[in-house]
Amino acid sequence: MSRIANTFATLKAAQRIALIPYVVVGQPSLAATPALVSALIEAGADLVELGVPFSDPLADGPVIQRATHHALLQGVTPRDCLAAARQVRARQPHTPLLFMGYYNPILRFGVDAYARACAEAGVDGLIVPDLPLEESGELETACRAHAIDLIFLLAPTSDESRVAAVARRASGFIYCVSVVGVTGARHALSDEVEALVTVIRRHSDLPVAIGFGISQPEHVQQVARFADGAVVGSALVDVIARAPAGHEAAAAAAYWQTLTAA
Amino acid sequence: MTDNTMRTRGYFGRFGGQFVPETLMPALGELERAYDAAKQDPAFQARLNDLLAHYVGRPTPLYHARRLSAALGGAQIYLKREDLAHTGAHKINNAVGQALLAERMGKRRIVAETGAGQHGVATATVCALLGFDCVVYMGTEDMARQSPNVARMNLLGARVEPVDAGSRTLKDAINEAIRDWVTNVRSTHYLLGSVLGPHPYPAMVRDFQSVIGREARAQIMAQAGRLPDVVVACVGGGSNALGIFSGFIADEAVELIGVEAGGEGIASGKHAARFAEPTLGVLHGTKSFVLQDEHGQVRATHSISAGLDYPSVGPEHAHLFESERAHYTYATDDEAMSAFQMLCQQEGIIPALESAHAVAEAIRLAPALPRDRLILVNLSGRGDKDLDTVRKVLGV
Repeated sequence: MSRIANTFATLKAAQRIALIPYVVVGQPSLAATPALVSALIEAGADLVELGVPFSDPLADGPVIQRATHHALLQGVTPRDCLAAARQVRARQPHTPLLFMGYYNPILRFGVDAYARACAEAGVDGLIVPDLPLEESGELETACRAHAIDLIFLLAPTSDESRVAAVARRASGFIYCVSVVGVTGARHALSDEVEALVTVIRRHSDLPVAIGFGISQPEHVQQVARFADGAVVGSALVDVIARAPAGHEAAAAAAYWQTLTAA
Repeated sequence: MTDNTMRTRGYFGRFGGQFVPETLMPALGELERAYDAAKQDPAFQARLNDLLAHYVGRPTPLYHARRLSAALGGAQIYLKREDLAHTGAHKINNAVGQALLAERMGKRRIVAETGAGQHGVATATVCALLGFDCVVYMGTEDMARQSPNVARMNLLGARVEPVDAGSRTLKDAINEAIRDWVTNVRSTHYLLGSVLGPHPYPAMVRDFQSVIGREARAQIMAQAGRLPDVVVACVGGGSNALGIFSGFIADEAVELIGVEAGGEGIASGKHAARFAEPTLGVLHGTKSFVLQDEHGQVRATHSISAGLDYPSVGPEHAHLFESERAHYTYATDDEAMSAFQMLCQQEGIIPALESAHAVAEAIRLAPALPRDRLILVNLSGRGDKDLDTVRKVLGV
């Protein structure tokens, strides 16, 4: 059983949802990223999404854009992200690690080589926000060859035929975008997402995680009623950005504990 | 309209596709269906043609530039005068077409990106005409160098949203327009201005611009009695080039040349010549050639002309390059400036700096060719918008 499947199964047995932080590799620095991820895991993170910086993150709102830009100014590359993943994996043998990154750096790296390098670094799955089902064949084949999961996204605009098509090819879990929009914290979760999860359940037994817009303990409680996981990105990235230098990991862990207490 | 290059859904050879977030996929499907239906609908075509004739001012003239040709002492240069279309560039052809489609889809809010401002002005114009809300994203660098177009958009009732990210040019404006579209996709049509982006945009924008090539082919047959030997157009995203090329693609003897922005020269790294070292990439929803570093980060580009200052190129151009049906070269900032001045002085026509790149290539080619050869240049826009830039460069 993969680390992803195992983690969701264990959590389900314990009647808990997966709490999934998103951090940008290179925020606050490349050197500080592995320790920050470990601090989040120790504070209760169940899976971790590592953002691979890209120059043109068109599905991201301003908070993640700024963090990405900061990382790129430091020269963070996909190979650096792989090295960071290896360091996290050495300390954290059980927690699933996901790479979230846009397609162009993957294409440039070489699609099969990227999937292989991810598997070797201990990465369990890939999330590629600009790669819809129709274009994902090559990466899907590569992921299968190297035994990692390609995580598909669904959105409130996806109709049932798209849900069914994604369900037929998805592995690991299904990433359900909670809002029509880009990443970024929102005050309230949209009620559309619960309806979407209901449709997804008709077509798939895979775990469903909700992302985009989740920032508060109440959001996590709300998601726990109908889904299997909650991804927290921009709100966490913002906490890290605002923390005093040298205290980013502690600030991230403290914020994370407010969510896990929910 | 027949489409020989479209092998699989949205691909030209190995280029094209739909590399966008899932949220947008249903909207692309809706757009494709609406466009396919409109193509078959005589009422839609009649309305489009009526606006092109009486609002845009088509057909635009084909002009034999005798004085310029004589000064160069070689081939005869003909100019397709898209600069004389309403709003001063070819961009209006596509803006009218897509706005009518938006109306058909019941979407009354329009977002667009603009580089030189010509597409932004065209979009603001059709939105005024049809009573749509209009938001145009524009890099702050481009707003500074194309300020007359910012004023025009404001006068036409559009909101110009400054984009201060990245290189503050066209690429960043497209990022922001796509983010707006992702957020407002149910009520909003993204009126993309070039043969870029996810399917169906590259084919649809080409079709709306193909009126240039149809007219030019008929006009040169009427005036010169034969096809041109060479067709030249500048290539940013590549919509004016595909517009005129599409009229001649089936005529294999006609050489097609696209001219990119050579900026300060290829060796300087400050350019937007995607074909100088073609590298496969995915940017803004389409797989094409993308200027990028070894890690897949998109590179900053440079051109004196905002409209050519873009790191990717329409996927159909990548296919025409790879299949060798078209050839691609570049003109530097200096060459474009010289061509700009020569056209002003020889013909009394002030071209857009973008179009001046195409003129530069004609100036390079003409002297070496016999006098009975014909070079057709797509003069895609007029240069009023560029007077600040030109004055700065020339110190006048």
